[in-house]
Amino acid sequence: MDMIIKEKIKQVKKGNQAAFEDVVLYYQDKIYHHCFRMLGNAHEAEDIAQEAFIRAYVNIHSYDDRRKFSTWLYRIATNLTIDRLRKRKPDYYLDAEVKGTEGLDMYSQLASTDRLPDEEVQGMEIQNFIQQEILKLPAKYRSIIMLRYLEEFSLQEISEILDIPLGTVKTRIHRGREALRKKLRHV
Amino acid sequence: MDCNKETVELMHKYLDGELTKDEEIMLREHLEDCEECQKHFHELKRTITLIKSTDTIHAPNHFSTSVMKNLPAERKGTKYVRWLKMHPIMTAAAIFFVLMSGSMFTAWQQDSQLTVSKQDDLIIRGDTVIVPEDVIVEGDLVVKNGNLRVDGKIEGDVTLINGKMIEEYEIEGEGLMASVGEVNGEFKQVDRAFEWIWYHIQNLFKNIFSFGD
Repeated sequence: MDMIIKEKIKQVKKGNQAAFEDVVLYYQDKIYHHCFRMLGNAHEAEDIAQEAFIRAYVNIHSYDDRRKFSTWLYRIATNLTIDRLRKRKPDYYLDAEVKGTEGLDMYSQLASTDRLPDEEVQGMEIQNFIQQEILKLPAKYRSIIMLRYLEEFSLQEISEILDIPLGTVKTRIHRGREALRKKLRHV
Repeated sequence: MDCNKETVELMHKYLDGELTKDEEIMLREHLEDCEECQKHFHELKRTITLIKSTDTIHAPNHFSTSVMKNLPAERKGTKYVRWLKMHPIMTAAAIFFVLMSGSMFTAWQQDSQLTVSKQDDLIIRGDTVIVPEDVIVEGDLVVKNGNLRVDGKIEGDVTLINGKMIEEYEIEGEGLMASVGEVNGEFKQVDRAFEWIWYHIQNLFKNIFSFGD
């Protein structure tokens, strides 16, 4: 499949716009899913996923054939979702990082006074509950957790997608896992 | 071993597939003894299973069509732009050529007015520059967009751009030197765009080489 995609991208670079549709069809579910998990909202997810493909098309000449196309595409999509999250930050002030901590947000402070997770699970499907908890993670942990466990990228690839050092990826994935563990232990 | 820190660190290393043999043995031995860490480890693994268990969401049906519709239309221009990007040397040459010809044509159009390089003692009547009989012009003379009549003498080169030499008195078949006036030097007449450019280029080189002198 990788070879087919490579060939298609070559054609797109030569100016064959129609070839791009196959690229979209191949990646659309993954990218849409990624955006949905990042944003937690179908409308925005579609918006951003579309934008990601359009940007990829417009900037196709800056894509280096020797690297993985998926890494490049996820990078565009992730940056767009993070931009979008940043723009709506005033409504989501709980996402704000607590000063003096590396990535702890207000949610982590609320954890002890929160309703018991058991109560929260009631009437809510487990799937939804997990999704909600992932969404509550700060974006920089959420993106890594999802790239690792839903998209199954290696840590090295994640470091390329997010353009951060490998060490930072490791620290963040540890913290993300711990944060989720605390929230999901009663499920 | 400090349960809360070191072991948890090892657990995460394990989950990232980065445990060395020794560390693995250390972790396993500790987990056998420590119920609390066992629980922690189990919870972590379960968390990952739970994350992975979420359904894959499919993109809406019209997704790809909609993307394709919103792509910027492939304009004719983009093809050239792309070609230029892929051939930087040709692009540089093209830009050089455009700028070069641009500046020359502006120079060509700018001076549609009569100009003479040496004004002293010359008479300008309408579009004709006259070198009076008793005058000797020392040095080169350039006349743009005007005619030149030489009754006197010119000690130097004459360049006529967009104009011609008027010979007041017809002297049979003997050309310039035989006219009443005298030009002791090269005589040049330029009256077409191409020659004008050629003249410019020659001038340019002359200037470049004269720097060395």
